[in-house]
Amino acid sequence: MTEARHDPFHDIARQRHAAELGLWVFLASELVFFGGLFVTYGLYRYAYPSAFEAAGAETAIWLGTINTAILLTSSATMAAAVWAGEAGHKRHVLIGLALTALLGLTFMGVKGVEYYKDISESLYPGAADFPVDMPGAQVFVGLYWAMTGVHAVHLSIGLVAVAITLWRVRAERFDWQNTALLHVLGLYWHLIDLIWIVLYPLLYLMGRSL
Amino acid sequence: MTDIAALPEPHPATPRPTRSYLGAGSDLRSWLLTTDHKRIAILYALTLTLFFFIGGAAATLIRIELITPAGDLVSADSYNKLFTLHGVIMVWFFLVPAIPTTFGNFILPMAVGASDVAFPRLNLLSWYLTVAGGLLALVSLLVGGVDTGWTFYTPYSTLYSNSYVTLAAAGVFVAGFGTIATGVNMIVTVHVLRARGMRWMRLPLFVWSIYATSIIMVLATPALAVALLMIVVDRLFGLSLFDPDQGGDPIIFQHVFWFYSHPAVYIMILPGMGVVTEIITCFARRRVFGYEAMVFAILGIAIFSFFVWGHHMFVSGQSAWASLVFSILSFVVAVPSAIKVFNWSATLYGGHITFEASMLYALGFLGLFTLGGLTGLFLASIPIDVHVHDTYFVVAHFHYIMVGAMVTAFFGGLHFWWPKVTGRHYSEPWARLAAILMFVGFNFTFFPQFILGYLGMPRRYHSYPPEFQIWHVLSSAGAVILALAYLVPLVYLTLSLRYGRRAGDNPWHASGLEWATTSPPPRDNFVIPPTVDTDPYAYHAAHEEPSERDESGGDHQSSRKDEMP
Ligand SMILES: [Cu+2]
Repeated sequence: MTEARHDPFHDIARQRHAAELGLWVFLASELVFFGGLFVTYGLYRYAYPSAFEAAGAETAIWLGTINTAILLTSSATMAAAVWAGEAGHKRHVLIGLALTALLGLTFMGVKGVEYYKDISESLYPGAADFPVDMPGAQVFVGLYWAMTGVHAVHLSIGLVAVAITLWRVRAERFDWQNTALLHVLGLYWHLIDLIWIVLYPLLYLMGRSL
Repeated sequence: MTDIAALPEPHPATPRPTRSYLGAGSDLRSWLLTTDHKRIAILYALTLTLFFFIGGAAATLIRIELITPAGDLVSADSYNKLFTLHGVIMVWFFLVPAIPTTFGNFILPMAVGASDVAFPRLNLLSWYLTVAGGLLALVSLLVGGVDTGWTFYTPYSTLYSNSYVTLAAAGVFVAGFGTIATGVNMIVTVHVLRARGMRWMRLPLFVWSIYATSIIMVLATPALAVALLMIVVDRLFGLSLFDPDQGGDPIIFQHVFWFYSHPAVYIMILPGMGVVTEIITCFARRRVFGYEAMVFAILGIAIFSFFVWGHHMFVSGQSAWASLVFSILSFVVAVPSAIKVFNWSATLYGGHITFEASMLYALGFLGLFTLGGLTGLFLASIPIDVHVHDTYFVVAHFHYIMVGAMVTAFFGGLHFWWPKVTGRHYSEPWARLAAILMFVGFNFTFFPQFILGYLGMPRRYHSYPPEFQIWHVLSSAGAVILALAYLVPLVYLTLSLRYGRRAGDNPWHASGLEWATTSPPPRDNFVIPPTVDTDPYAYHAAHEEPSERDESGGDHQSSRKDEMP
């Protein structure tokens, strides 16, 4: 195992602090990124409330709800892995990370099924027999694809990061107890989860209030 | 935030090797895989110089085309591609990264007393992202160009333009991640790696300005990324987010785009303000006037810059109430800028001023920034903006800020820190000549454009009515001087690398930690990690008048012996 402390830091506490601060700053940046999509959604929702309700009722609520449960569970397993890392329980770190990766993959699988279903039901902008004939409905579906797509890209990056960390902890390639790496990975994963918690009502519950 | 200064420092006095950072190897590998912030700064500087001259070449063609009223040199279509190329390259591949990635990278860690930035490998990655983004943008231009203007306005950029918008947008998108990475690095470096005794209120204003810029980079750039992303997915997958046929609203794109692009103006100008503060204090031998006010002005600019974007949309169909509010806020953001101009002037007042080349640049900055800023107030006022919107008045205004102020500050910093970076002096007479040429050439080029715009000449046209010709000819003639002024430093700075006289550690007798180490600095910047016990700009005792520069020695001791009483 290599030394936990790296230049330019004189001590590990400062290095941990830097990694955590760096990731928080990055998360703020990510929020603005998704914020752009949320604002766009909000403005269009304001302009076309009934079209958004009608188009929102077309999304696959069961698959969306299952995925929400899966992702929330994965955040719990990730939190467990981070907690185990702080306590120094290597086996539990590995189990936590493996479960997180598994749940993340399941989410992607369900999402893939859902995308397939969407396409077969012509639920994409410009489809010949698009189900809702109202101005603004295609914009909703466009946003649905853009937002879930961008979220899926983030989740894929998270999956790769979890897999690499899993392998590196297993092989003792880095000092997972003293560096902030597990914590930082956890923060990123929770952000992906948090974004989904906002996307879920915006895309699936819209138009199903009655 | 926990108090970092209180954390223990196990080996504060470990001596480090003194070999210069340039001595760590000269093969390509030692440069392309370096994690030394100083070498990365130089990689950036070389890359940005290349982009600057590519963007400049496009500007040259534009100015040649505009000498005659008829569109005779290039077709209207090529002209569109030329000004788009000029804008895209200059904004994203020169102006935005210019100072933070070069002087920010090279000087900031030294100025806070650190041995590197917080994340050295991320730093290198951000350079590769910038290069990758730049290459994508260049490829898009080589295979056929983009004709949307640097603003990528929808629905033109999504539905109608058949040029290489996707590729160019992807390039800017990728480079944007490089910008964010740099921002994260700088913020964390300032928070975590300050030397012992370097309290926040002892940070040089250059550091404060890069810090504030980094906040804007981190919080504004993702808005650009998402705006570009929406264009790209629209073009690739037909998501029609801005297609009016489907109920889409192109104005929403403008809102997201300007939410980034107005703060981006401050990404460009704030670092310049920081550089100029260092230069003015040094060559006036004066403590900066109103240090705290300067800090709060910098932070104020950074915060307010997020709430004025609507002033770009007074005639785009946004509501009159929104315009009213954005107009008022745009006036408000001018206040901290004005505070800074007054404080620079007050710093000069009673100083022992000498006119080295970098000081000439800094003084030029002061004049050009003031003119650019004041015309910005004209444009913030709705009745005037409605009249001169999308005319050369706007073009002249933002070139006064971006080229007049920002590029001048860049050259000022280049001359100020050149002896530190290379260990050599350049030819002072030539440098002064270039500084004066740049000031004259710049005004000659862009002042006529204020008049042109006021007379009604719209921007982005390659042919125009003959009555405007005289002003275009003046502007193009000035551009010749300006181009010359940019080329001259390329020659004498390059020559100085070989023939320049050795500069010594602190040739200007400047304060600031970066001058307390050797020139060029060692790999880890300081042989012994520094501690700080004075306020910045300690050019004279707090209640005394400045005195002439002590020419007796070039070492850092002389400049830091004056301490607070
Ligand atoms: Cu603006």
